[in-house]
Amino acid sequence: MSSATLESILDRHARQGVRLMQILRETQEALGWLPPEALGEIARATGLTRAAVESTANFYSFFHTRPLGHYRVLWSDNITDRMLGNQALMQALCKALWLQPGRVSEDGLVSVDTTSCTGMCDQGPAVLVNYRTVTNMNLDRVQAMAALIRARVPVAEWPEEWFQIADNIRRAGLLLDCPLAPGAALAAGLARGGAGLLDEIRTAGLRGRGGAGFSTAQKWQSCRDARSPAADGARYVVCNADEGEPGTFKDRVLLTRCPDLVFEGMTLAGLAVGARRGFLYLRGEYRYLLDALEAVLARRRAAGLLGASIAGSNFAFDIEIHLGAGAYVCGEESALIESLEGKPGKPRIRPPFPVTSGYLNCPTTVNNVETLASACLIAAHGGAWFARSGTKVSTGSKILSVSGDCAHPGIYEYPFGVSVQQVLEDCGAQRTLAVQVSGPSGVLLAPDEFERRIAFEDVPSAGAFMVFDETRDMFEVARNFAHFFAHESCGFCTPCRVGTAINARFMDKIAAGHGSRDDLEQIFRMHRLMQATSHCGLGQTAANPIFDTLRKFRPSYDRRIESLHFEPAFDLDAALSRARRMTGRDDPAAHLTNEHQP
Amino acid sequence: MSEPSHFKLDGEDIPCRPGQTVMQAAQAAGRYIPHLCWHPDFAPHGSCKICVVKADGRTVAACTFEARPGMQVENRTPEMDDHRRRLLNMLFVEGNHFCPSCEKSGNCTLQATAYELGMANFHFDHFFPDRPVDASHPDVMLDFNRCIQCELCVRASRDVDGKQIFALAGRGIRSHLIVNSASGRLADSNFAVSDRAASVCPVGVILKKRVGFAIPIGSRRYDAAPISAEAQPSPPPAQGERP
Repeated sequence: MSSATLESILDRHARQGVRLMQILRETQEALGWLPPEALGEIARATGLTRAAVESTANFYSFFHTRPLGHYRVLWSDNITDRMLGNQALMQALCKALWLQPGRVSEDGLVSVDTTSCTGMCDQGPAVLVNYRTVTNMNLDRVQAMAALIRARVPVAEWPEEWFQIADNIRRAGLLLDCPLAPGAALAAGLARGGAGLLDEIRTAGLRGRGGAGFSTAQKWQSCRDARSPAADGARYVVCNADEGEPGTFKDRVLLTRCPDLVFEGMTLAGLAVGARRGFLYLRGEYRYLLDALEAVLARRRAAGLLGASIAGSNFAFDIEIHLGAGAYVCGEESALIESLEGKPGKPRIRPPFPVTSGYLNCPTTVNNVETLASACLIAAHGGAWFARSGTKVSTGSKILSVSGDCAHPGIYEYPFGVSVQQVLEDCGAQRTLAVQVSGPSGVLLAPDEFERRIAFEDVPSAGAFMVFDETRDMFEVARNFAHFFAHESCGFCTPCRVGTAINARFMDKIAAGHGSRDDLEQIFRMHRLMQATSHCGLGQTAANPIFDTLRKFRPSYDRRIESLHFEPAFDLDAALSRARRMTGRDDPAAHLTNEHQP
Repeated sequence: MSEPSHFKLDGEDIPCRPGQTVMQAAQAAGRYIPHLCWHPDFAPHGSCKICVVKADGRTVAACTFEARPGMQVENRTPEMDDHRRRLLNMLFVEGNHFCPSCEKSGNCTLQATAYELGMANFHFDHFFPDRPVDASHPDVMLDFNRCIQCELCVRASRDVDGKQIFALAGRGIRSHLIVNSASGRLADSNFAVSDRAASVCPVGVILKKRVGFAIPIGSRRYDAAPISAEAQPSPPPAQGERP
């Protein structure tokens, strides 16, 4: 890369260390990777230490400090992608390109690997090619893709239909059904004023849609009341669009269909808490949305709905989009703020909570995309109107991202209180064995629980609804989730850093037919330990899927367990696998045993 | 100063002041709460979780949790010590800890804490990570095999030495300590053996050269008495002073 390119990137971000994530991303987009000289140059220009720059560059999955090929193909590896056959397709692509997964080709042309759920569960198997999303992969597309890569055709010239992403809205409700003219809610909000708006949010009973269900009015009030250490009394609004929970894709659709609702919700939040700046933290997997969203922001600025004097008032507010780079943990609000500041996404010690000490230690409210969109509706129609939908303690609507074994995967918006059974009927699910609500960190429901309701008082949900029918093996579902958490643990605290890795090993050991009763007992103990001692929600919930499947689908484990007592993890036959690979042998005589698979 | 308030630590009254953490209050009263990443001279970090206690029924890290008057805190209960043993197991198996041949043996906080808690085996399978050693610096060597990611060196170099020589990089189980230099080697940084960071490592990562085994194993810090015996009551710091 010419140093002029890097200079212009650095200039565009005013050489600010807090903009490190965007500087790294744009540098990598220009260069294909982050070479040591570029990291050194960025450190010098921003005044950060080189170690600090490396620390951030090494933390995020989508930054690479070594070349990974002109073409980088990442297969979304959520369980729903697996159920749609992504593993065989990835193998086929690797075979066509003479590659091993995770390795760069000898000529430096291409690498193929897996990545955590990319939020395309209703149209998988999905891949990211140089961080552009391709959906509906099949064998034809794999062969065509291999040919395009071998012919070195730039990704920009690949068939356009590969990059098409469907919204798949199957059922619309309050949010998806409610067209509001841009500025309408804002005018109503400005007429009420910040305190009046807060009253409406309180009347509405709005609770956070990210899963925890914290009262939005209380969060905004705390942020409004907190003392800012900044000379100008700065406060911040952050929209959490780091939709990383596997199986969740409703924020993607909200940002595609109703970006004005979301941005206007952020602006109203700014009015309520007294902030002048907002950030949309968009997950790296949704890079393709960036240009369209920037265009919406530009349009809103031109219309006087953002900027120095909004709708002719003395209220000023503007929004910046911050793109993530592949780290699930950044969905945790304090980790997200660290990431906004250009650092690795490691959750902070709480208290203090972000509402008192968030971005740059100023009061910051972090709200989910759906929460802010709902706030916008409340500003326009009033809190009482909103509270008429849903249940008494879970007001309004909930958007579910339905995927897995059903006829019509996609987006379903219901008033809170809908039963799991109702959703299953509407999406055309048959002979359902289990539903994973709210993703791996949520809860797994068995058929005797399908009468339960999606609501904060019963089954809370951040939006994921993954359906598994009777042909599925729930052990493999849990094993996929165990590897997901091991990959996404930030590594800050001992129980999560090591515990998630040990859990993944336990599950692999059981899968290889070497599990014992003792291992199952260890898993229960690990669940209790991680739940009690982990630093944040990731570690506290990471063992949930294993725990739930062990409790509710025990036979899927038992049939893999041969030994009643202890079995060592060391597998002599597996230890020979490297020798087999080197000699190209896989015949029975090259194995110590051939009775591995259950 | 008004009469100090108290909370209960394993049934004993411990004085506490506003803003003091459970760990600080316990330390000032000469009570031992097992810990690794906490150090009285540095801001609490809360990553090792060895200091977990149960405060009014909730499991929290004593080093970051504020002591509140009247609170009931369980510290050396079978449940908490059981958590601690498992966490110690994890720290041992994720790195390469060969105590019998380690220069730090007898002076090592990890080893001493494991003895204190009666950790008799590793419990989990070892990870045996591949971690190179950095012996480039003339006065100090870095043996990353023993790193427990407590970030005490990171804090000491940043907050005391003003150099920011160490940082953690990577994520999850691949998280690791790095050195602030273009080559990544300690010799190419401005690290000095007189830095506070050179003598803060609780395990055997940062080792001074040419003094190894000067004190024989058997006569070292934790050979004479267990780590818990080191906790002694201290006079409370004057008001306004940073504890």
